[in-house]
Amino acid sequence: MLRFLVRRIAQGILVLVLVTIAVYALFFAGSPRDIARRIAGRQATPEVVDRAYHRLGLDQPFYAQYRHFVWRLLHGDLGFDFYNGQPVTTVLKQAAPVTLSLAVGAAILWFILGVSTGVYSSVRPRSFIDRAFTASALFFYSIPVFVLGLTLIYFLFFRLTKAGHRWFPASGYVGLTTSVSQWALHLILPWLTLALISAAAYTRLSRSSMLEVLGEDYVRTARAKGLSEKRVILRHALRSALTPVVTQFGIDAASVIGGAILTETVFGLPGLGWESVHAIGNQNLPIIIGVVLISATAIVVANILVDMLYAVLDPRVRLS
Amino acid sequence: MTQGVGDALSLAGTDVLDQATPAPPGPKAIRGRSPLSLAFDRLKRDRGAMLSLGIIILIALFAVFAPVVAHITGHPPNKQYRGLDALSALGQAHAPSSKFWFGTDDSGRDILVRIAYGARVSLTVGIGATLLTIVIGLIVGLIAGYYGGLVDGVLARIIDVVLSVPYLLFAIALVTVLGQINMWVVMVVIAFSGWASVARIIRGQVISMREREFVEAARSLGASNMRIIFIDILPNVIAPAIVFSTLLLPVSIVSEAALSYLGVGIPPPTADWGQMIAAAQNQYQIAWWYLFFPGLALLITTLAFNILGDGVRDAFDPRSDRIFAK
Repeated sequence: MLRFLVRRIAQGILVLVLVTIAVYALFFAGSPRDIARRIAGRQATPEVVDRAYHRLGLDQPFYAQYRHFVWRLLHGDLGFDFYNGQPVTTVLKQAAPVTLSLAVGAAILWFILGVSTGVYSSVRPRSFIDRAFTASALFFYSIPVFVLGLTLIYFLFFRLTKAGHRWFPASGYVGLTTSVSQWALHLILPWLTLALISAAAYTRLSRSSMLEVLGEDYVRTARAKGLSEKRVILRHALRSALTPVVTQFGIDAASVIGGAILTETVFGLPGLGWESVHAIGNQNLPIIIGVVLISATAIVVANILVDMLYAVLDPRVRLS
Repeated sequence: MTQGVGDALSLAGTDVLDQATPAPPGPKAIRGRSPLSLAFDRLKRDRGAMLSLGIIILIALFAVFAPVVAHITGHPPNKQYRGLDALSALGQAHAPSSKFWFGTDDSGRDILVRIAYGARVSLTVGIGATLLTIVIGLIVGLIAGYYGGLVDGVLARIIDVVLSVPYLLFAIALVTVLGQINMWVVMVVIAFSGWASVARIIRGQVISMREREFVEAARSLGASNMRIIFIDILPNVIAPAIVFSTLLLPVSIVSEAALSYLGVGIPPPTADWGQMIAAAQNQYQIAWWYLFFPGLALLITTLAFNILGDGVRDAFDPRSDRIFAK
């Protein structure tokens, strides 16, 4: 286990190093002046471009620049946002809790939604409810995040407001420390949007995984020795059926930033995704670089965790 | 857009290749049938998939004959109408009427005609990006899986790197760096963000095939590596490649729309579904048709491709669970 872990972490670090090289190659190609102009953002004055030029060490050879870049990263410095005149970490520190709130809430919701519908479907395959669940899974799997988000806003905000009910705010974010109820209220629609779309894949995955497990000998044995159906399904079958679902969950939870980009844009939540979309308009590259690096780290870490979890959940898996 | 390529592929299942062994030539009375034709026969019996195919063909016809739609209505896609039948007295979008069947947008343009032209962009970019994704994924997967060793090590790490950046974020980063955006750039960006998932799965299948007898046989006959890869191994991964393509298509279409929605897709005034949805965002509380029709067009297209994709997967791998329980 330990050897596997060490190797897996080493691999993860290698991938992250390669990501920084790729990011560097992508964003820092061209003549030094062009790079300075690009990094300084749209409408940067010559003075700002000069500052960017010196700060990034663009007068030095390429490898020295890269070393400098990595050295700063290792010290928790993600670069400088010249457009707003503040360190990238300042911007991202404000944005991260928003994305985290959105992601954690949505992830819990979609896991419960997806697994419960999937398990229910597998217990009564071909029933009306199974068909209803699988059909809605297909529907939510197909509908784009922004179409669903805007539709929810239309019915649960505009129409309700018109009818005199102001239940769900359609946009904005209130910090968890400011007001817990307002925080949750502002996040209900975004959570629902992201969760409904992501849950669809889990309904399908847990349904097929459960159907497979329910056909296995040990489930028959459990039934034969007179255990209640509830116990057979929840205790015996679900545990091993969950393995592939949990694997997928770890990967999805880390890459939720992809879906968060659209959800945050629809609901005006100032999170990491929203910041990167705004950064496109201003050509504010340091912000995009920062978000890329953060989410790559999250995904690499999540992949390692998933591999470990896999071994814990399924004793048959031997890590070597 | 949480449904990334990875999701689509993980739903594809990986055991599609088992039937891909060529059928031996039987006696004359029995017609030898390739696994491909068997799969297509199965697909033809799948009513949901055939219905979806019909809908897709209709959408394609709608796209191809977009100029005809413009001719019938008499409204070019980018013409801004100013009359009271096109814009309200306040200069707002006009509701569906006998003149503008799907209503107008806030510039007084015909939404129906723009949806038809938008279908062209959606389908062209969707299909083009998917083909590109599959071709890059196939080539990298074949080479990495076949050669192994250092080549595989390097390619596998590149795949890891691409997979460690979320699809949409990667596309945004690429588009910002590239600057100029047109249809080809969007296709390349989508393919560039998506090929790694395909490559990883193809690579796994090629590794399991590398030591099989037919490859040994080809090698002992003196076939070159390129010949073994493309003549002997490639046909065996064609079945999963077809399945991935159909499952990837809706993902590519949504990605194109998502990029446009975020303002990093095909630039205006080209009619585009994602762009229309983004523009509708500020108006649709008073002009529902502005969001409804482009959103519906996008939904029907992805839904049809997803049902067809499920059907194709089932046809190639009859053991897998179907999404619509029969």
